[in-house]
Amino acid sequence: MSDSKSARLPVAGQVVPPLGPGMPSTAGADFLTTKLDWLVQWAHSNSLWPIPFGTACCAIEFMSVVSSHYDLSRFGAEVVRFSPRQADLMIVAGTITDKQAPVLRKIYDQMMEPKWVISMGVCACTGGFYRAYHVVQGIDEIVPVDVYVAGCPPTPENLMLGIIQLQKKIQSGELARHREAKTLVPIRVGEDPRISIPAYSTGVMAPHRPGPPGFPEIPERAEDPVATGGPEKRR
Amino acid sequence: MSTDAPVSTVSFAPVLERKFAGRARPEASGRGDVPTISVDPASLHDVALFLRDDPSTRFDLLLDVASIDRSKLPAEQLPRDGKRFQASYILYSTRRNEHLRVKAAVPEARPSLPSLVDVWPAANWFEREAWDLMGIDFENHPNQKRLLTHNGFVGHALRKDYEAGQRWLCTEEDILQTDLASKTETAEDAFETMTLNFGPSHPATHGTLRAVFRLDGETIVAAEGECGYLHRCFEKMSESHTYSQVIPYTDRLNYCSPMINGNGYARAVEQMLGVEIPPRARAVRVILSEFSRIMDHLVCIAANLVDIGALTNFWFLFQAREEIYGLLEACCGARLTSSYARIGGLSNDVPENFVEWSRRLLVEVKKQVDEVDRLVSRNGIAMKRLRGTGLVTKENAIAWGFTGPCLRASGVPYDLRKDKPYDGYETYDFDIPVMNDGDNYSRYYVRMEEMRQSARIIEQGLSRLPSGPVNSDDYRVVLPPKEMVYNEMEGLIYHFKLVFEGIQVPAGEIYSSTEGANGELGYSIVSDGSGRPYRIKVRPPCFPLFAAFEKMVVGGMVSDAVATLGLLNIIAGELDR
Ligand code: SF4
Repeated sequence: MSDSKSARLPVAGQVVPPLGPGMPSTAGADFLTTKLDWLVQWAHSNSLWPIPFGTACCAIEFMSVVSSHYDLSRFGAEVVRFSPRQADLMIVAGTITDKQAPVLRKIYDQMMEPKWVISMGVCACTGGFYRAYHVVQGIDEIVPVDVYVAGCPPTPENLMLGIIQLQKKIQSGELARHREAKTLVPIRVGEDPRISIPAYSTGVMAPHRPGPPGFPEIPERAEDPVATGGPEKRR
Repeated sequence: MSTDAPVSTVSFAPVLERKFAGRARPEASGRGDVPTISVDPASLHDVALFLRDDPSTRFDLLLDVASIDRSKLPAEQLPRDGKRFQASYILYSTRRNEHLRVKAAVPEARPSLPSLVDVWPAANWFEREAWDLMGIDFENHPNQKRLLTHNGFVGHALRKDYEAGQRWLCTEEDILQTDLASKTETAEDAFETMTLNFGPSHPATHGTLRAVFRLDGETIVAAEGECGYLHRCFEKMSESHTYSQVIPYTDRLNYCSPMINGNGYARAVEQMLGVEIPPRARAVRVILSEFSRIMDHLVCIAANLVDIGALTNFWFLFQAREEIYGLLEACCGARLTSSYARIGGLSNDVPENFVEWSRRLLVEVKKQVDEVDRLVSRNGIAMKRLRGTGLVTKENAIAWGFTGPCLRASGVPYDLRKDKPYDGYETYDFDIPVMNDGDNYSRYYVRMEEMRQSARIIEQGLSRLPSGPVNSDDYRVVLPPKEMVYNEMEGLIYHFKLVFEGIQVPAGEIYSSTEGANGELGYSIVSDGSGRPYRIKVRPPCFPLFAAFEKMVVGGMVSDAVATLGLLNIIAGELDR
């Protein structure tokens, strides 16, 4: 092997970029300079292990996304785990009812940090067209949500877009701040479970309003146009 | 719309009159409706026994218990007896191929009826549901607890004075029922056994079913199922929407075969209206229903094989499903939630290349199904897991209210497509696969064979797909074409009437059933003559299946329970509604 040829080959131990933004080039050297944060985020975002919290029709579409035709493994997120302890991304696919709510919260609590939540479909995002006595009007009543994916059900492409968005958010470090802002309180509040109190999170949910005849108002979420603009409200 | 006067169609009226003079009367039933009798609550139990056992009746299968709150009916339809609630038992006789509705009305002050669990065991969960949602009390019911809603719930949601948006806080304590499966025979049992919670968040329960097992070693000695984790109030929601607006909700009942739900619902309303749909619409409905049936069975088998450890098949079967999705998307723009049926026809015509596309699909689907058949049907492990587990005898299947592939796997050849043909099924040549073992393998194999029969129906449908319109020309039901709206006064009026007031369905009642992928899918609709349904009760085929699950698994292993659950094919959307 001649000298001139070996000079062009990578030397053992030499690392070729990826590098963080704003880092000096290390091409040709056998070391790498980057920010630890950036490297960790890069690793996180490209090896998401999802736990599907699938309850309804959206779960069927989720199955399509992970099966051969759409193949989620192209985005590094195909290792579907059914144990919350092994997963770091919860994909809530389907309607969450009041009866399901404590279960969802429990599964979420069992996941290790860092963890992210994608709300798949309008039911999980806002309750969808089930504006009714047994349906949670958006899972953000219960758990913090990082990405909302619209659609009923979202097309597989749309869910993939959601996952790519999440990867971008993880990479930018935006999410850490978001979660700190939203502290959740324990689910049992007060003596009698049947009184009108916010239950799962501070000031976000008011499920037990006595309500006037006709369809009830949702005063606490007036700033959120999606939550207040349900089909009944418009009539 | 024709107006034939309602007449009674009860075949055994004289016998009934002789035995229960005055306490049970035949009633006139409307167009397309099933024969009806009304019974005094005090004699309900006796009449039920008579209906089950008498040779002239033999109603051995209880299909549904539909309850209704009549307090908000318009003045002229208010019940003369002044009783607020009414329960309707829908019965079927497998020997005489006949449906029957038995009505019993109860006053608000004491809304109580004798429980019929000892007559038809299937009544157990149906009565619990009626108590939960309507507050009708069933005396001597063995286990009258909330079923669909949680324990923190107050009130009965389907009563007309219950406000649709009123929610109640559910905490962990409200869903944890400590007495689940704690019933043991002896004190030693209690010492030797342990209780295992299974679901709702478990991959084999599809996120929404729950069972609690009492185990001795790995053998289940007692079990109890729980549902309601996906109770999203379909029936309450439909009361505040117009008849057409209910169609998208029906898609989400059985979301593995949405087309069948929509067609069944549209047919029920069409029967009430007396509207005939054009031949092309009927043929397309049949073809797409059969495609949906294939998809449903594909999901059922694929998911079940994953649960018992055969992941490869999932990729094969889901590929076939993905192909069918392509066709549905071309027809109606949505992959899963199609909303394709309309009252009076279809939302639009099928694409031009529909016939060739479907033919191509059939070849593709058959290939994948055959592949799985070769992989699984004679596979040693699959045989060991499926043969002889989850046994249901013929008698039990009928008593527990089974319909569809699960009933046919237990040796009862009941299929509405043959027994009560609708949409022209009588003109197609196909067979009903029946197996006699009643085990998981039979349920698996009946489904495999049904897919082939569905393919036969589709082939015939494609070869003689009629041309012509896909919508009825009755403009009180179907939107008139745009040229007519723009150019003619009449068209404009029809258009506005339909858009603003919705379809006006004449006052009356109907029970209309369709062969869904899981069994008999029935819609009980009560109309008060306005543009919105007064009450819709769905008869979900899964409901009795899951109710029986807790009985089927006793004596087996936990892993058998997983296989059994998968092959019952419980779809939570229609189980809980
Ligand atoms: S968003 Fe639509 S498809 Fe998804 S669970 Fe809700 S109703 Fe089903």
